[in-house]
Amino acid sequence: MSTLRIPQPVPPVADDCEQLRKAFAGWGTNEDLIISILGHRNAAQRKLIRETYFETYGEDLLKALDKELSNDFERLVHLWTLDPAERDAFLANEATKRWTSSNQVLMEIACTRSSDQLLFARKAYHARYKKSLEEDVAHHTTGEFRKLLLPLVSSYRYEGDEVNLTLAKTEAKLLHEKISKKAYSDDELIRILATRSKPQINATLNHYKDEFGKDINKDLKADPKDEFLALLRSTVKCLVRTERYFEKAARLAINKRGTDEGALTRVVATRAEIDLKIIADEYQRRSSVPLDKAVAKDTTGDYEKMLLAILGHDDV
Amino acid sequence: MKGHGVEESALVRILGKWDPLEREAFRKKTPNLFIEDKERHFQRWDDHYARLLKHEFVRFKNTVLLWSMHPWERDARLVKEAIKKGKTSYGVLVEIACTRSSEELLGARKAYHSLFDHSIEEDVASHIHGIERKLLVALVSAYRYEGPKIKNEHAKSEAKIIYDAIKNAHKKPINEDDEVIRILATRSKPHLKALYNHYKDISGKNLDEDLDDIRFKEAVQCLCTPQIYFCKVLDSALKIDVDKNTKKALGRVIVTRADIDIKEIMADYNNLYGVTLPHKIQETAKGNYKDFLLNLIARGSN
Repeated sequence: MSTLRIPQPVPPVADDCEQLRKAFAGWGTNEDLIISILGHRNAAQRKLIRETYFETYGEDLLKALDKELSNDFERLVHLWTLDPAERDAFLANEATKRWTSSNQVLMEIACTRSSDQLLFARKAYHARYKKSLEEDVAHHTTGEFRKLLLPLVSSYRYEGDEVNLTLAKTEAKLLHEKISKKAYSDDELIRILATRSKPQINATLNHYKDEFGKDINKDLKADPKDEFLALLRSTVKCLVRTERYFEKAARLAINKRGTDEGALTRVVATRAEIDLKIIADEYQRRSSVPLDKAVAKDTTGDYEKMLLAILGHDDV
Repeated sequence: MKGHGVEESALVRILGKWDPLEREAFRKKTPNLFIEDKERHFQRWDDHYARLLKHEFVRFKNTVLLWSMHPWERDARLVKEAIKKGKTSYGVLVEIACTRSSEELLGARKAYHSLFDHSIEEDVASHIHGIERKLLVALVSAYRYEGPKIKNEHAKSEAKIIYDAIKNAHKKPINEDDEVIRILATRSKPHLKALYNHYKDISGKNLDEDLDDIRFKEAVQCLCTPQIYFCKVLDSALKIDVDKNTKKALGRVIVTRADIDIKEIMADYNNLYGVTLPHKIQETAKGNYKDFLLNLIARGSN
C-alpha cells in the first residue's frame, strides 16, 4: 500500500524537468520545489523524469541533486530518485563496507524483497559495481554471519502458495531440535530459512508454535546480547512478518537518541511504494502516535518535509 | 547391447520378415538374451537384457524430447532427474550449474519453479545429505557477474588460499572449507580463469589435477575449461561397456551444446583423441539415434 500522493492529472514530464532545472538555477536551491515534484511521483514517473532530464540537459539528475543538496535530505532524495533495483544494490554495497548494522541491511534486502526484486537488485549490482553481490557478501562477512547471509542473498525462492503441511511438521521439529541444542548456525536450520518459500516457512513456524507452545523468536532469545541470534530473529521476522519488522525498525530509528536518520530514510524510501501504509498503521497501533506526527516531531528542515511528502502528509 | 541406440532399419528389414520358426531359432541361438525354460519348453527374455534393450530403443525418443524442449525446461528436468537418481548423477548438477551462463542458469531456476513448485536450491539442500551438499547448493545458487573486469591481486591471493587448503586437506577436508567453496561459487568465470593460471604458477600443476574430490574437480573443469570437460565426458560415454548413466551423457552433451559451443568441443576432441567426434559416433551409435546426433552436430558446426 503506497503512501504517495500524486496530483491528478500528472503534470507532463517535460514540465517536471524544467521545474527541477529551475530549482537548481542560480545561487541557492529551491528545495521546496524539488520536494513538491519528486515527493509526489511514483517510481515509473521518477524514472521517466530522470531519462527526460538527461535527454534534455545532458546531465544525470542524480548528479545535479548530489551537487546541490546535502546531508540527510540529500541522501533521502538520492535514494528516492534511484530506481528500486539500483537502490537495493546501492544499499547492499554500502552494507558490505561497514560494520555490524550492515549485516542487518543485507538480510533485510535479501528477505523482504520478492524473488524477482532481489534478482533485479543482483543484476543492478553487476551493472553498477562490476561484480556480484554474493562475491562481496562472501568476501566481507565471516563465520556464522556469512553462513547465514550468503545463502540468503543467493536465494531465488519459489513464490507460489502451495504448502506441504507434512514437511512443515518435520521441519518445525528439526528447528526445535537444533534450537534446543543451541545449534543456531546449524546447516539444516539455515537451509530451511534460506531456501524454503515464504508460505512454507510460515506454515512451519505456525506448526512450531502449535507444537511447542512458543513463538520461535521467543526461543531464539536465549542470549539477548548475542548478535547472531538477533540477526536470526530479524531474519524470521522479515520472512513472515515484514510489516512488523519495518514498524519496529522505524520505531527504533525514531526513538533512538537523536534519531537514526540512516535507518529512517531507508525504511521510508524502500517501503513507500510497497507497504508503508500498513507499516504506518502498525506504528500508530503500537505507539499510539501516527507515524507522520512522530516523524514531524523528530526531524527538521527539508529532510522532514521530504519524509512527510513521501508519507503523503505534507498537505501541499 | 553394445553401442548406443538400435539399428531400426535392420530390425525392420530382418526381424520383421521372420516367421515363427526363424524367430524360435534366433531365440535358441542367443542364450545370453533368452533363457531356456526346460521344464515348460519355451524361451523367455532375460529381464536384465530386455531392460537394456528398452533403454537403447528409448534413447532416440528421449533425445528428441530433450532437443525439442526450451533450454530452461531441459536444464530444470535434468537437474530434477539428477537429484532423484542420487550420488552417481551429481556430476550433472555441477555441469549445469557451472557451464551455463548466469542467465541460462537463472532461466533453469525459473523453469524449475514452474515445473516442480520448489526452488532448485531447496530441493538440492533437502535431498542431498552428504559432504557434497555445501558445494552443490552454493553452485546452483550462483548468479555470477559476467563482465570481463577482474581484480588480479584477488585472483592471485585466492589461488594461494586454495593451494594452502589443498595442502591442508588431510587435516581439513576440502568439502568443509568455506573459503574454497566461497571462491568457486561466487567469483566470476574470468576471475576463476585468472585464478586457474595463477594456481599453475604456484603449484606447477593444474588446479583440477590437484583436487581429489570429484565434484570439486568437475566444478573447476566446468568453470575454467568447459570444452575440455565436455570432451572428457563424451570420450567416457563413447567407450564400450559403460554404465547407462555414463552413456546418457552423449545425448545430453550434444543436445545441450549443439547451439552453444559444439564446434569448439569438436576441435578439442579431435586434438585430444586423434579422431573426429562424428567418426566416433558413426562407430558406436546406431540407427535413428546415431543419425539424429550426427545431424545436431553438423548443423551446430555450420
